[in-house]
Amino acid sequence: MTQKRIYMDHNATTPLHEEVKNTMIEALSLFGNPSSLHSFGRESRIAVEEAREKVASFIGAEADEIFFVGSGSEANNTVLSITPCNPETCACQSECGREIVTTKIEHPCILETSKCISKKEGTKVTFIDVDKFGKVKIDSLKEAINEKTGLVSIMMANNEIGTIQNIKELAKIAHDKGALFHTDAVQAVGKIPVDVKDLDVDFLTISAHKMYGPKGIGALYVKRGVAFCPFIHGGHQEKGRRAGTENTLGIIGLGKTVDMRKKEMVKEERNLLKLKSILKDEISKNIEDISFNGHPTDCLAGTLNVSFDGIEGEAILLYLDLEGIAVSTGSACASGSLDPSHVLLATSVQVEKAHGSVRISLGKNNTEEEVRYVAKKLAEVVKKTRSMSTVYKK
Amino acid sequence: MNDWAYTDKVKKHFTNPKNILTDEESFKADGKGMVGNVKCGDQMLMAIKVNKDSDTIEDCKWKTYGCASAIASTSVLSVMVKGMKLSDAYHITPKDITKELGSLPEHKIHCSVLGDKALRAAIDDYYEKSNQEEKIEKDKAKIICQCMSVTDHEIEHSVLEGAKTYLALQEHTKLGTVCGQCETEARKLLEEYKRKHFS
Repeated sequence: MTQKRIYMDHNATTPLHEEVKNTMIEALSLFGNPSSLHSFGRESRIAVEEAREKVASFIGAEADEIFFVGSGSEANNTVLSITPCNPETCACQSECGREIVTTKIEHPCILETSKCISKKEGTKVTFIDVDKFGKVKIDSLKEAINEKTGLVSIMMANNEIGTIQNIKELAKIAHDKGALFHTDAVQAVGKIPVDVKDLDVDFLTISAHKMYGPKGIGALYVKRGVAFCPFIHGGHQEKGRRAGTENTLGIIGLGKTVDMRKKEMVKEERNLLKLKSILKDEISKNIEDISFNGHPTDCLAGTLNVSFDGIEGEAILLYLDLEGIAVSTGSACASGSLDPSHVLLATSVQVEKAHGSVRISLGKNNTEEEVRYVAKKLAEVVKKTRSMSTVYKK
Repeated sequence: MNDWAYTDKVKKHFTNPKNILTDEESFKADGKGMVGNVKCGDQMLMAIKVNKDSDTIEDCKWKTYGCASAIASTSVLSVMVKGMKLSDAYHITPKDITKELGSLPEHKIHCSVLGDKALRAAIDDYYEKSNQEEKIEKDKAKIICQCMSVTDHEIEHSVLEGAKTYLALQEHTKLGTVCGQCETEARKLLEEYKRKHFS
């Protein structure tokens, strides 16, 4: 008999929505190159542009402000590559500042890329602090931005702890000092309402596979009139902003994904909040010496990050895996590096507690029964792991 | 699911760890050793009972704060050493432990190192308590980088944590970042420890 499996790692990736899958299966035979002038090409072009309209309207943008890319990481790399662009060698760059301001809790594709740019180009990058809930410290941001700042990049919702930033307020601070503003909204779009005009951001990153869409496709919003320089050169696709033949199938999938999100997002959020509250209650009731990480209210509905004293996260993750339950951890042991989650450390979670953290991220197919079952199994696993711990004495 | 991140034997020992020290009071260990640091993510405690007539390990129990491979390494080690002569157990190497487990992912090798260190600390503790200090092999660390006072032990530790190049080693330990005189010796040790643990 095969074991029943429960997936609660939706911030890592999500299962493909059944209707998105069907749309993609239908589109599989659409092979024309959207750049070709003949009928085969035109068919694909129409499908791509329809998807672009859908994605644009989903975030309150115009279609010509949406560019399809291969992933959220590519979108983020693209935005960061603009800032240190040399005005003497690149026609697209205006006279804006060249320094970058970002936060300590960004995804590695922002953190590592900005460190790399800083090394290669000598660009100054400032990583600002967050408070214990993971919210950007406004004073730190104001202090970090000056007339030399070209770009401020702050994620909308954090993948590990779920904390949601007030992007509108942060973007205004950047704009007041003349800097451009980018937000990595990979964990936010499709989970909370996002309107680029209301937020007044210059760049925004979207990924399909975090919202029941296919992998390998994302989009970058670039506000009309904002200086832009391609990251991948050598083709006229996407108005010369991203070379490479379009991933037609992925783009069609992304278009359908946002269609489904429009219909399901609000209802799903309410359900996830309810499930998370049950999960949190059950864990608190059955397991002692724990602490919850992230913001208590400004948090993604399905994300729950919890630290268990005296034990290590990877062991918890793998004991749960043996039970068919999939979660994630911010412990160092799981990643192969020495340091546990940079996000937890940035929110001043003690190193020991960061090692013992588990992230449970719920999704649309999870049920109350599953949540109760996971809480029960989690209590067993924590008890077992603590019984062999050198640290936990009780 | 079959394709687990670890071998079947690691999985077996992780699922059903043997010889956990549940009741420290009543175990009455002859020797105890604790190594590692919770801040670094793992810590191990080994406790042994010694048969004084045959000089063998009669019983061995343990506790750990650590990941799956730490749990499995310590569990398998505790099984391996039962009935073993103290002098033999003293010289068990991390490689012996990983061999017994089948294998460990490369970035998990350091977990097996902690196990054998904890065991040696427990035997040392027993030697000390039973007035046999002469048997304790002093494993003195040698300073390689004078400027940043980095020892050969730290270099070995760094290699086990994943430093495979001189640059990575420098980033990790800061050795050779001041006068740079230790570079040749450090590079030699780097190769030596890579051979020792990963070949």
